[in-house]
Amino acid sequence: MKESGDKKTIIELINVCKYYRMGTNIVRAVDGASLKINEGDFVAIMGPSGSGKSTLMNIIGSLDVPTRGKILLDGEDISTFSESDLAQIRGKKIGFIFQSFNLINNLTAKENVMIPMIFQGYDLDERNFRANKLMKLVQLLDRMHHSPGELSGGQQQRVAIARSLANSPEVILADEPTGNLDTKTGATVMDFLEKLNRNGKTIIMVTHDSDLAKAHADIVYWIKDGKIEKITKKRNGWSKDHKKKLKSLKGG
Amino acid sequence: MIRDFFSLALKNLRHRGIRSWLTLLGIFIGVTAVVSLISLGNGLQLAVASQLGISANELITVQAGGLSGFGPPGSNVVDPLTQEDADAIEKLSRVENAVRRNLNSGKIEFNDRTQFRYIGSLPNNKEDRDLIYTQLNIEPHQGRLLKEGDFGKVVLGYNYYNKPAEWDGKQIVPGKSISINDKNFEVVGIAEKQGSIITDNVVIMNEEDMKDLFDFGDEADIIVVKPKNKNEIQRTKEDIEKLMRNRRDVDKGEEDFEVSTPEAALSTVNGILAGVQIFIAIVASISIFIGAIGIVNTMTTSVLERKSEVGIMKSVGAKNSHIFLQFFIESSLLGLVGGIVGAVFGTIIGVVATLGLNSFLGTELTPNVDFLLILFALLGSFLIGGIAGIIPAMKAAKQNPVEALRG
Repeated sequence: MKESGDKKTIIELINVCKYYRMGTNIVRAVDGASLKINEGDFVAIMGPSGSGKSTLMNIIGSLDVPTRGKILLDGEDISTFSESDLAQIRGKKIGFIFQSFNLINNLTAKENVMIPMIFQGYDLDERNFRANKLMKLVQLLDRMHHSPGELSGGQQQRVAIARSLANSPEVILADEPTGNLDTKTGATVMDFLEKLNRNGKTIIMVTHDSDLAKAHADIVYWIKDGKIEKITKKRNGWSKDHKKKLKSLKGG
Repeated sequence: MIRDFFSLALKNLRHRGIRSWLTLLGIFIGVTAVVSLISLGNGLQLAVASQLGISANELITVQAGGLSGFGPPGSNVVDPLTQEDADAIEKLSRVENAVRRNLNSGKIEFNDRTQFRYIGSLPNNKEDRDLIYTQLNIEPHQGRLLKEGDFGKVVLGYNYYNKPAEWDGKQIVPGKSISINDKNFEVVGIAEKQGSIITDNVVIMNEEDMKDLFDFGDEADIIVVKPKNKNEIQRTKEDIEKLMRNRRDVDKGEEDFEVSTPEAALSTVNGILAGVQIFIAIVASISIFIGAIGIVNTMTTSVLERKSEVGIMKSVGAKNSHIFLQFFIESSLLGLVGGIVGAVFGTIIGVVATLGLNSFLGTELTPNVDFLLILFALLGSFLIGGIAGIIPAMKAAKQNPVEALRG
């Protein structure tokens, strides 16, 4: 199923650039990246720190707008959207998982999971119902009234996973999801992501850990200096048309 | 959705440190001042007026010395009024009657206890006496008032009867004998409670008895004047002033005496109270302004501290308007908390002060707890909190999500 070529494209980046001005220098954080992510893919974006992978992820996640280029989300160009429209879209279609969990400490685990639903206008009963279901999914029903500070790192990341699923998004964006966890806990978190992927969610994971990327992702984009350097696919190793594809991507 | 922001704001407020609450001091003091002042409100005016023995009669009083105009005149008047002054005033065409009165401080002894109190004279003549009864607005609570020829007898203010503790537990009732400046007098009556420390503690005795005790001869402390026409009080007052200027040989504007009407006395009281109210209003405004700045400060700090929270909210779908609302509501609630605490304290102060006045001064004021006012005070502090929160909330809302997430 995952290898079939007629899957729906959910995210497409066309020659996306993001430049920052630092003093008199212009930093090309992302410099002409083009990629296509299909529904149900488990994609990893791999690169050393400073390679621009986080900026790329922010753009994919509509947290940031590109300096140049187009981003098509479900076929719709969101690169020119207003901030409020972007907020609405990312709230509905994209779930974020961060390296440092990014839970709100003043709220309980369950309340954290319910927050994204507020912005989509779910009423309290609906929010309660969905949050309970999600807490059960990440096996934290018994801890859901605890504040993040009372949970272990692995538990916090599972709360974050539950939160990312709050509005049933099509895409989960995970930025170094195991970066703050030990190997064993990290593996549990990855199992959850794999499970979500098997259930049809598109997962985009940013990591600097090539083993992690290779172990879980179907497709790995290797980023260097703001450019996509190469693309590898699981199982088949280098895809047959990789060079051609890479050339076309680079040529933009 | 607004309701959700309220509950989020409440949760955030619960986690606020003491620093945030201290910034509410301004709002708290402001609201406390306003609410306690209004709770005392009319009570304060009543208390001051009754303490100064001002009642709404149509009598004019004349006093020498240009003193404050109320209360028992001091003994240090250089050029006291006399019986002749009273006679001259009575001859004025607009004046029906003019009665001199004397007030002195005396040593009162009863049941081996000694107190120093004011003693007021009462004319022997019936017409004059009735005028003074009108002036004092006095009615018997026990026994009777003084009659013509009641020598060696006194009528006492309500507190003599009501406060036996001052006399070692023994109550003074009609029929008892008390000693005034070492001379014995029979108590024939206790006056009704007036709610004034002056009239409730006074001893009233016949003018002739008082002359014997204090030897003031023809001198008078005040002259009470009844105008023929109560609608001409002001004209009558001017007549008296003119006459007295001539008699005392002083120019207009340099009077060493004072002619006061009840209206003038009341308006003086109101003037004093208005001054107090304006002062408290200014203090309240300043502290509320400082409070508002405190809220701006604590909200700005809070926005900086919770930068990553804003980032998180934005990453899970919060629009700028949502972030703005969240901080705006939180700031409004912060103001409201200051208002609530202030209103509670203000009401307590108002009630306690009123009860205090009642118990110390014997007044019968009821605390004026104005719920509409409290509602307005709370609404006002909510709004002030909100207004103070606008700029910080805008700052929070405008943050770039990526930068905010970085913390």
